[in-house]
Amino acid sequence: MRSPDVGRFAWGALRGYPTRTLLMLLAMAIGVAAVIVLTALGEGARRYVADQFSSLGTNLLIVIPGRAETGGATPGTLMGETPRDLTLDDAMALTRSYRVRRIAPMTLGAADAAYGRRQREVTVIGTSHELLALRRWTLARGRFLPDIDIDMASPVCVIGGKIRDELFGPRPALGAWLRLGERRFRVIGILGSEGRSIGVDVQETVMIPVASAQQLFNTPSLFRILVEARSREAIEPVRQFIIDTIRHRHQGEEDITVITQDAVLATFDRIFGALTYAVGGIAAISLFVAGILIMNVMLVAVSQRTAEIGLLKALGAAPRQILALFVSEALLLSLLGASAGLALGMAGSLLIRQLFPAFPAHTPAWATLAALLVSVLTGLLFSLLPARRAARLDPVLALSGR
Amino acid sequence: MAMIELQGVHRDFRVGEQTVHALDDINLTIRAGEYVSIMGPSGSGKSTLLNLIGLLDRATRGRYLLDGQDVTTLDDVAQAEVRNRRIGFVFQAFHLVPRLTAAQNIELPLILAGVPREQREPRVRRALEAMNLLERAHHKPDQLSGGQRQRVAIARATVNEPRVLLADEPTGNLDRKSGRDVIDILESLNRHGITLVVVTHDSDIGGRARRRLHMLDGRIETDHHPDGDRHA
Repeated sequence: MRSPDVGRFAWGALRGYPTRTLLMLLAMAIGVAAVIVLTALGEGARRYVADQFSSLGTNLLIVIPGRAETGGATPGTLMGETPRDLTLDDAMALTRSYRVRRIAPMTLGAADAAYGRRQREVTVIGTSHELLALRRWTLARGRFLPDIDIDMASPVCVIGGKIRDELFGPRPALGAWLRLGERRFRVIGILGSEGRSIGVDVQETVMIPVASAQQLFNTPSLFRILVEARSREAIEPVRQFIIDTIRHRHQGEEDITVITQDAVLATFDRIFGALTYAVGGIAAISLFVAGILIMNVMLVAVSQRTAEIGLLKALGAAPRQILALFVSEALLLSLLGASAGLALGMAGSLLIRQLFPAFPAHTPAWATLAALLVSVLTGLLFSLLPARRAARLDPVLALSGR
Repeated sequence: MAMIELQGVHRDFRVGEQTVHALDDINLTIRAGEYVSIMGPSGSGKSTLLNLIGLLDRATRGRYLLDGQDVTTLDDVAQAEVRNRRIGFVFQAFHLVPRLTAAQNIELPLILAGVPREQREPRVRRALEAMNLLERAHHKPDQLSGGQRQRVAIARATVNEPRVLLADEPTGNLDRKSGRDVIDILESLNRHGITLVVVTHDSDIGGRARRRLHMLDGRIETDHHPDGDRHA
């Protein structure tokens, strides 16, 4: 028997029982579509988080005062002593490694901003002109903070788009004097439409030189120091350099925490990767169920078509040929069902992407491949038993319909 | 020249604790081109004998030579091939595949034999022509009359040009007129050289054969032979 004939015969048998065939196709299609859509969701979540993190800038290290780990009860904690502050001198010390491309110190505070009669509370970020490049921001208008020594104050500010809209309205903001608390700052730039960066919407901030912010809030301490390494490979040495430098400057006390963006990203990557595998696995169970359905229906088919099997044997079909016919039938069924499911799943993920453009719901290639492979394998595996039963039928009994 | 030769053939069935001797020491030689009818009451073993000749069943004991070749020892695959090339079956219930057209039903043995598609078409056409069924080629079995269905079945049984044609109650599901047509066709095939064995309980039909076997309790009781009667 030639393979095209086997295929044609199996196809004819499938078309001969349309209801049964359609139901099976549906079961298989839903299984495959479930794998495709669910893994697309998992993968979408992973990419979404990754995108959020990479908007922070690349090769970034964040230095936070205080140790993010629980220690024992030291005399210091008993006396209510806080860790040493990060200072501008600490920040400047961090520029001394060739692996560090740029740093930006940050102080954070709230102040009342006023222009004319309009007034609102704003988040004030004290930083240096390096921040712009470090965070890959762009300006809508004007220029960013001037490139001056970071311990020099200067009465200039850069404002977010929302602040401009709310305080200035239609009036020109560039060159105007904005009052922050008791001091006045000239607006020299307006930030572009960058989104948020963890928690703080840059559109609602006012940025001033870090030294000015320290005067404004009357504190010498820094909220963060952002450090950009020269390359991905330099991140780890830079981290060590930061810890060593600060410990040296803080009398041997390691009282800072260095977060690398890579580490955070890798953690999230692992979490969402595992999540994707998990939902993929759960969806694969539906494929397994579809496989059992195929077995069930093939068993019914064998008993329904007993006379046909007997006839084929009488006409000279060897057991192997009968086996091939029924397995091909199941394989064809799984392939068609899987293709339908693939189309359905792709359409589903496309719909999700259309509805939520920010959410990149792309099915990973491994999931598509695995779904197809598992569906074909279950089709093959679960049709073997019914097909063997068909192949072993006694032709005399089969023909007599017993 | 012996086409079918059975030597001391037994076929036992186990029914619960008991062993039923469906065929009990059958010795039978059928020459090429013979026309043989097998008659007897139900349960006499005539269908079992036919199934055994057709290699649908295996003997418990004894030897079976088909065209001089010992086929008792062949494996499943080789037996299937013998069925396909050398034996044609006609059944009481026609056994047409309901989803296939007349032409596709006739094509089945050729497909199973692995005959290429372009060679199958003319042969199916010739078989349809011989059975006067050309205009019914693309009808499904449920669109055909009983006589037409049995003619499709005969066309299918003969499309591979077998040397032996086995018919098990070929007229059992037909009215008298269609039954007569079917017997006419089978006899004309026999005149053209095919070895024809018909199992029937209808003595009118069985009586037409030149050689008539009567079976009882798994044995051949009488063997009416054109060259003089013999008792088995």
